[in-house]
Amino acid sequence: MAYLTLEDGTMYEGEAFGAMNDSIGEVVFNTGMTGYQEAFTDPSYYGQIIMMTYPLIGNYGVNWEDPESTKPQVKGIVAREICEVPSNWHSEGSLNDYLRRHHIMGIQGIDTRALTRKLRSEGTMRGIITQRPPTPEQMEQVRRYHIDNPAESVTTPEKFEIPGSGPRIAVMDYGVKASILSSLRRRKCHLTVYPSWTPPEEILKEKFDGLMLSPGPGDPADNVKEIENLKGLVGKLPIFGICMGHSLLAMALGGRTKKLKYGHHGSNHPVKDLKKDRVYITSQNHGYAVDDEHLPQGAVVSHRSWNDQTVEGLVYPELKAFTVQYHPEASPGPKDTGYLFDEFLDMIRENQ
Amino acid sequence: MPKNPQINKVMVIGSGPIIIGQAAEFDYAGTQACRALKEEGLEVVLVNSNPATIMTDLDIADKVYLEPLTAEVLKTIIRRERPDSLLPTLGGQTGLNLGMELAECGFLDEMGVKLLGTTMETIYRAEDREGFKNTMEQIGEPCIESIITHDVESALNFADSVGYPVIVRPAYTLGGSGGGFAHNHDELAVICTDGLRRSRVGQCLIEKSVAGWKEIEFEVVRDAKDNCITICSMENIDPVGIHTGDSIVVAPSQTLRDVEYQMLRSSAINIIRTLKIEGGCNVQYALDTDSMKYYVIEVNPRLSRSSALASKATGYPIAKVATKIAIGYGLDEIVNAVTGKTFACFEPTIDYVVCKFPRWPFDKFTKAEKTLSTKMKATGEVMSIGSNFESAFLKSVRSLELGMDSLEFRDAAAYSDEELVKLLHRQSDERIFAVTEALRRGVQPKQIYEITRIDPWYLYKLQNVVQAEEALKLQGKDYLTYDHMRKVKRMGFADSAIARWCGMKTDEVRQMRREMKIWPVYKMVDTCGAEFDAQTPYYYSCYDMENEAQPSGRPTVVVLGSGPIRIGQGVEFDYCSVHAVWALKEAGYDTVIINNNPETVSTDFDTSDRLYFEPLTPEEVENVLELEQPVGVLVQFGGQTAIKLAKSVKEAGFTILGTALEDIDAAEDRELFDELLERLGIERPKGGTVFTTDEALETANRLGYPVLVRPSYVLGGQGMEIAYDDQDIREYMETITKYGTPEHPILVDQYIMGQEIEVDAICDGEHVLIPGIMEHVERAGVHSGDSISVYPARSLSAKMVERVTEVTCQLALNLHVKGMINIQYIVMRDQLYVIEVNPRSSRTVPYISKVTGVPMVRLAVRAALGMDLSQQGYGEGLYPSADYFAIKVPVFSFEKLPNLEISLGPEMKSTGEVLGLSRDYNEAVLKGLIAAGLQVPQSGAVLLSVKNKDKQELVAIAEDLAMMGYDLYATPGTANVLNHAYVPTNVVHDEADMEDKIRQGFFKLIINTPTHGRDSSRTGFKIRRLAVENGLTCLTSLDTARALAASLKLGKGEADLTPCGLHEIAHRA
Repeated sequence: MAYLTLEDGTMYEGEAFGAMNDSIGEVVFNTGMTGYQEAFTDPSYYGQIIMMTYPLIGNYGVNWEDPESTKPQVKGIVAREICEVPSNWHSEGSLNDYLRRHHIMGIQGIDTRALTRKLRSEGTMRGIITQRPPTPEQMEQVRRYHIDNPAESVTTPEKFEIPGSGPRIAVMDYGVKASILSSLRRRKCHLTVYPSWTPPEEILKEKFDGLMLSPGPGDPADNVKEIENLKGLVGKLPIFGICMGHSLLAMALGGRTKKLKYGHHGSNHPVKDLKKDRVYITSQNHGYAVDDEHLPQGAVVSHRSWNDQTVEGLVYPELKAFTVQYHPEASPGPKDTGYLFDEFLDMIRENQ
Repeated sequence: MPKNPQINKVMVIGSGPIIIGQAAEFDYAGTQACRALKEEGLEVVLVNSNPATIMTDLDIADKVYLEPLTAEVLKTIIRRERPDSLLPTLGGQTGLNLGMELAECGFLDEMGVKLLGTTMETIYRAEDREGFKNTMEQIGEPCIESIITHDVESALNFADSVGYPVIVRPAYTLGGSGGGFAHNHDELAVICTDGLRRSRVGQCLIEKSVAGWKEIEFEVVRDAKDNCITICSMENIDPVGIHTGDSIVVAPSQTLRDVEYQMLRSSAINIIRTLKIEGGCNVQYALDTDSMKYYVIEVNPRLSRSSALASKATGYPIAKVATKIAIGYGLDEIVNAVTGKTFACFEPTIDYVVCKFPRWPFDKFTKAEKTLSTKMKATGEVMSIGSNFESAFLKSVRSLELGMDSLEFRDAAAYSDEELVKLLHRQSDERIFAVTEALRRGVQPKQIYEITRIDPWYLYKLQNVVQAEEALKLQGKDYLTYDHMRKVKRMGFADSAIARWCGMKTDEVRQMRREMKIWPVYKMVDTCGAEFDAQTPYYYSCYDMENEAQPSGRPTVVVLGSGPIRIGQGVEFDYCSVHAVWALKEAGYDTVIINNNPETVSTDFDTSDRLYFEPLTPEEVENVLELEQPVGVLVQFGGQTAIKLAKSVKEAGFTILGTALEDIDAAEDRELFDELLERLGIERPKGGTVFTTDEALETANRLGYPVLVRPSYVLGGQGMEIAYDDQDIREYMETITKYGTPEHPILVDQYIMGQEIEVDAICDGEHVLIPGIMEHVERAGVHSGDSISVYPARSLSAKMVERVTEVTCQLALNLHVKGMINIQYIVMRDQLYVIEVNPRSSRTVPYISKVTGVPMVRLAVRAALGMDLSQQGYGEGLYPSADYFAIKVPVFSFEKLPNLEISLGPEMKSTGEVLGLSRDYNEAVLKGLIAAGLQVPQSGAVLLSVKNKDKQELVAIAEDLAMMGYDLYATPGTANVLNHAYVPTNVVHDEADMEDKIRQGFFKLIINTPTHGRDSSRTGFKIRRLAVENGLTCLTSLDTARALAASLKLGKGEADLTPCGLHEIAHRA
């Protein structure tokens, strides 16, 4: 037996899987039908309990190639049904064993659609997965739960390099995904990945061709130091930001973010590239968006969600910088907007 | 981009009759398209020869032409109507081919008609094998090693170089007809020859076989701005090698990692962009089971069966969106009908599992070749939705109406292990049940995978089901703890199956569940996995926590649908169900539909107020009724499927609207019905009911041969035969009693070979309205669904018309019919006999409604609701008959079903129908025959070979043909009679020579009537099959031949036919 209890006291009963350790997190739902391993290992999900709306999870097992980081980053997993006997030529084990190995607890057998509907109407909530109904003390912890030091918790402890023959790019790691690095590597970039707290001087002294701002977990506003550091980098070199990188740059330039009711988490989100007048299907994973009412200085909205019209991309014509809220690196999700990496490199080339 | 202002009048081409490979999905697509166009204020001209469809209603299009779908006819209509645009992508391959033909010859340009949704270039690059292959090569999408050939020789050389097996795929055919696997030189020669002949351009693709790879499909939509989205991925449980129409298909794909999924999704988008399709498109892939290697197998640059499935599986209205795109809109401008707030430019995500199961005609055609390959054989399909694979699969199995409520397959247990292994190797309709039987016997999924190449994921899931079934069997009632009951219900087990294994009654299981509070809830299909608040009243059941389906609280009526398209139950019952819903809405009721056919209009979420996509079983229907608490249930519009459920609906305590259950029984129960007839003084062929062979022989001899034998409770004449002697009876009874003494009796009737008459009538209990009387061209003995039907009947005397009216009224009133009734009669020597009464809507209702202008279903619904029929504006008694003829001609799919006897008899074989409409009888017949696909040139050789009894009767027909200038050829016996009657006929002595001549297309028409009984002469059977396989018209009834000869005498070609719009004649409504 296992229980998922939300901060408002709603309790769902199901079966435990993975490791047997109670876990608290922010409960979000993801509507992707494939790509669970990529999602679970995405550092942006750090501190969250992820609920998959697709009912069958684990069908194709797990492997060593798909993860976006070295381990699952989620606090817990909620599923309708976990597949015990996966089938795929690439599978190296079951999801259950994988989670057990990484001490992640999951709960299955609950009405995930009912839970989605609840989160949709009441907004993202904190929750706890337990083997017994939670104690009042645990519930108190749940209500107090906050993702502290999000970027610092998932960033690389020290800088590292990935050699390449092309442009030299600094990557600010707020919780970078492997697929962002590989998207740049495929384009021959030489990458230097920095911990999120790295001061601007350290980066500027290396004379990079461009700066990549990565995605990351938590509330963007909590990253005070990171925002401060960014102020010292803007305008100095071409910048491309994704997700958290998008929010932080906006905040560094005076913009504000707002919390979305239940966030955008899935692989089917339409985004309009306003310049191209084209809609692309994108992979998204964010709980905050840049506030339309408080756009950063000099920013022009370049992309909008075609579902709820929220800001999905900004360009800073004066600063040789552009950022998007969604995930052009996909993984999981559609690869329709991979062209943004090319645009980043074009921008770098024009700058030289 | 907004709507293109230059588009004002659009012609839409339908897909014609239901045939294997093109079923009701195009009624769904066409209807959505026409409505989408009308919504935009455009004038819509629709051409479709199929009268059983909803799209051919006058309230769907402005002008409706029920005319033959040939280029010449379309040209005439275009000249007459002068549309500015033509939409060919919603009428299946038929529509696309016609659109292309009209464009290719320059006609569209000449008339200033714009082709919407596609271009000639697009069609060429997607459909032409060579064009396709080159295009794919240019954009780096891998195609299987292959060659395009116009001759057999190079095919053989290619196969030698890449190795067998190879697949043959002819260009421009429907349902992959004419293709197949060749494992060696000889097979390739045969299949390739056949394929070349079937292809419109004499072209075949020979490719290396990737049989056993995963078969994955993507539905993609693109607009003119180049916005592209994928609607759905689908995974065929059956790997590459079985036509997707014959495969069990699951949505979304289950065994693909995101990387694999995105690889194929990107490829599909790459392809639709390159082809510049504006609308929907389907791409099929073969994906290696051990690497990321894939091949593009096929692209359909139009809406297809798969897009209908994807549409129903996700809730995304593909046909509607594709139509809006075709007239200029961008995906980012079309409002998403599901949420009402967002736009159509998003990708559906689903939070359930969908399973599609093909419905094959092998229950009817027991002798047809059942092997499945690249030629499609299924007539229809069912879809089911569950919150896991097991329940979706089991729901599908139940929806098929093959008498199965679990994975227990009646024959499987009897097979020896060796036979079972053989069955696993053979791709057939039964293989999946051989798989489950093997699992039952403990064979490991891995081993089954090695043989079948069905992904182990599915095999493990099926093993879950089998193991739970076995646990129930072993432990019986003791097994049914709360946890186990919940487990098996979540897995999709039927109460009836649980009851059977536990030695309980079905009701007891239900009661037990009620006490345990294990009860289904209904979840919404909303395209977005509950992310947004949706407006789609489209539900499926599962055993979960939260119920989303909320009855409105207003008086509600539930309409039971008709399930999958099969022989004997086609799209006409969907027409009736949908009209019933509309009539109920008009009358102020809230409406609910329960159905499981993804191809239909009835399962569009905006047809009824609430749609429950569920198997049509007593349990599942009762569950919906308990939730909805309707004021009544309509069972008379969904064919035999719905009427069969009447008993359980009543027993569950719900009200059947219209004709009462006892009266339905009175019409179907032989003895009760005989009593009624006797009381009313109405004649019927004498007969009796029997259970054993001895009884059957005794009865047959008492009545005198020939006799008609059939099981009671029939559908589509199932198992009906004419017996001419004791031997016939013995053989027949042997098949029937194979599985023990039948539950229902066998009927043995005197066989009267007279003029068959058919009537549909509406009755409110006090008044009767007969919209029209039909007569059959073929004399009694040919199933009514396979006969050419003529409205209005022309051979009846005024007195007989009066008698038919009188008897119909008597029967309707005395059976207390409230709603629809269908009666079949035989007239013989001025005597009227009743042969069958169906207290429900029939196959002919749509056609008679359309041509008489009497809204039959609406009136029947009103009658069922208790309204006075005589006050509806159509009077009572016999409705005045029309001053034109409407001829319904059956359409067969014989070429898709090898080894099937094609001659007509009491057992129904047709898959669809077309209409011929004209003020001139012979022109109406000719139109009907042309629409049905008959291609008879105005001169050439005709082969005649008829049974002895028919020889004299043939003379007059042969004489007509000879006078028209046809060269007559006949087998010796037939030729002898003709020549003696001074009809000059060539004798064909040599059988081999005759067969060659058929193959070479020397004969343009064959008239062959089979020797009676099942003892058909081998030559005859061979001739008929050869004719079918070589695309020749072969008539097996002299009545049909006579009608054809008379219509040919008109000397009219396709271009000479005068179109007759429904809007011009049905004004009386």
